[in-house]
Amino acid sequence: MNAAEVLRFALRGLTANKVRSALTMLGILIGVAAVILLVAVGQGASRSIQDNIQRLGANSLTITPSTSGGGFGGGGGGGGFVRIAQGGGRGDQQNSGPRTQAKDLTVDDARALADPANAPSVKSVSPVVTAQNQAATYEGASHSIAQLVGTYPSYFEASNKPVVSGTYFYNDDVLSARKVVVIGHTVAQDLFGTASPLGKQINVAGVPFTVVGVLKEAGSSGFQDADDVAIAPLPAVQQSLTGFGPLGQILVEAKTADAVDAAQAEATQVLNQRHGITGTASADYRILNPATLQETVSAATGTFTVLLAAVAAISLLVGGIGITNIMLVTVTERTREIGIRKAIGAPRGAILGQFLAEATMLSLVGGLAGTLIAVVGAQFTIAGIEPVIVPMSIVLALGVSVAIGLFFGSYPANRAAKLRPIEALRFE
Amino acid sequence: MTDGKPPVLDLRDITKVYGSGETAVHALRGVSLTVDRGDYVAIMGASGSGKSTLMNIVGCLDIPSGGRYLLDGTDVGALDEYQQAIVRNRKLGFVFQSFNLIPRMSALSNVELPLAYGGVKAGERRRRALAALDQVGLAARVGHQPNELSGGQQQRVAVARALVTAPTLLLADEPTGALDSKSSQDVMGIFDRLGASGRTIVVITHEEEVASHAKRVIRLMDGHVVEDVRTSPVGGLPPRLAEVAS
Ligand SMILES: Nc1ncnc2c1ncn2[C@@H]1O[C@H](COP(=O)(O)OP(=O)(O)O)[C@@H](O)[C@H]1O
Ligand SMILES: [Mg+2]
Repeated sequence: MNAAEVLRFALRGLTANKVRSALTMLGILIGVAAVILLVAVGQGASRSIQDNIQRLGANSLTITPSTSGGGFGGGGGGGGFVRIAQGGGRGDQQNSGPRTQAKDLTVDDARALADPANAPSVKSVSPVVTAQNQAATYEGASHSIAQLVGTYPSYFEASNKPVVSGTYFYNDDVLSARKVVVIGHTVAQDLFGTASPLGKQINVAGVPFTVVGVLKEAGSSGFQDADDVAIAPLPAVQQSLTGFGPLGQILVEAKTADAVDAAQAEATQVLNQRHGITGTASADYRILNPATLQETVSAATGTFTVLLAAVAAISLLVGGIGITNIMLVTVTERTREIGIRKAIGAPRGAILGQFLAEATMLSLVGGLAGTLIAVVGAQFTIAGIEPVIVPMSIVLALGVSVAIGLFFGSYPANRAAKLRPIEALRFE
Repeated sequence: MTDGKPPVLDLRDITKVYGSGETAVHALRGVSLTVDRGDYVAIMGASGSGKSTLMNIVGCLDIPSGGRYLLDGTDVGALDEYQQAIVRNRKLGFVFQSFNLIPRMSALSNVELPLAYGGVKAGERRRRALAALDQVGLAARVGHQPNELSGGQQQRVAVARALVTAPTLLLADEPTGALDSKSSQDVMGIFDRLGASGRTIVVITHEEEVASHAKRVIRLMDGHVVEDVRTSPVGGLPPRLAEVAS
């Protein structure tokens, strides 16, 4: 009795009852497909979030004030906008804000961070103010720009926003507060359609800006349209829209990817000194490091993926119980056949092997079909997420399905193998 | 025993009790019996006299409650489960009253099965299975499944399956019990020829007509051997063939 023979007997056993075998396989198929597909969806979600973080600029630290008492409510720019009222009343003097010691982020902070003596790992520093949902019009067309950013030219590189047509604006433009703007893809489409926006003048909240460039399309980032932006020189935005209040954020670009942590340490030191934060006092600003953010997000999405996989694993388990069930029926149904086989000299091992092979074949074929369906299914976008198949999940799901066949098949197979020939033959 | 070899079958005071206590059934109450190589024995008795019980013990399908059983000189009771499977495969051939072919398997596959369990290679297996089917006159039906064969044909496939391993002992429990007279004659004809060629055969029956084919007739009653009559010599032809020859 060799292995091929055992497999042939098993195959014959399975094909004798095609519908039943197919339905049992379906249980495993669904389980395996669910495991692979859900893990792929989890992976896809994780990948897309990571991409979005990457898109922020991998080497850049984002410094935001934490005076607004936490919460993401207004976002970085909103905070700056709200505090216009405080006007020039801030600076190095005591602030009349809600927290007595808290200081806002200022252009002077940014300047200090840009000093190579204090922060040798820093390549560039871009102070940022943001005005949200600004109405922009051009010859009757109108569009509400989700994010109007006022900043320095270094922002384009630090935030990973290249220009596809036209140019950036330059330090000159910043110094003379020129009303020029680089617009995102969505803004360009809404206001100009297919026409070139370069050199045209648009009105933002009534203030005319000249379009000098269009940003490269970043694609949807899932939650927010990354192309619904406009970027203009910092003083121009402050003059016309936000006022000369505190900064919404400061974008610090490190010299290299390896220098990001050093840059963070340097920035912390500079800001602590300038804001008078010592010892245990909690900082009035927050530094967002994309690397640590990525780690946090990975951990979160990892948990999410495990959760999905666990749900899928339960369906795989149910499929396994289906195999035990059907194999028990099969063994009972074929008790007489088992008796005949034993009477003509089948050793226990051959009977055990035959029924184990049947169970394993059921689960393996079901598993392979499930893998196929999962791989095909992963080609489609599911709930806005492009699934990313994890090869390990295929290996694991197939391995588990074989193990399920062996494990859940072993009880019925053992029962068959243990039957005494005469008892099996007498079975009606 | 003239050649010095042990008898094929040597039963010593075999007993079999089904159940226990009040409801215990003493199916065999001490059966001692030897069958020599080349003998053709019919075991007769009324229904319930213990014939099938004896056959199941001789065929290693069941274990006796007491006594010793030597098959071809080896004590079967001392063998473990795996060795008993080998004995069933190599030394014994069974023919059941109810054919007991495996459904949805062709006649050829059914006959090949004992060889497969015996580890015979596919080519050799096929050749021997075809030869066995030819011997029972079913060369033209090898591809048919049991449900496509008549009762007589099924029983002949079963005989081929029992023969194909060239067993030391061929056992048949009421082989004609489910057959019409024509099919019975076919099957008994095959047994006669096997007996003539020197194969050791034990047939269980309650029909005098079937028993008259054997060289020796043993009668059971309530689990005892009550009569043991030899009608032809061990080495000679079975009585029916002897009649034809004379
Ligand atoms: N599995 C069993 N359990 C209990 N009693 C049995 C069993 N098999 C046979 N018997 C009893 O043993 C006796 C002998 O039966 P059996 O050997 O089948 O007789 P025969 O084949 O000569 O008709 C009968 O009384 C029968 O009822
Ligand atoms: Mg009987």
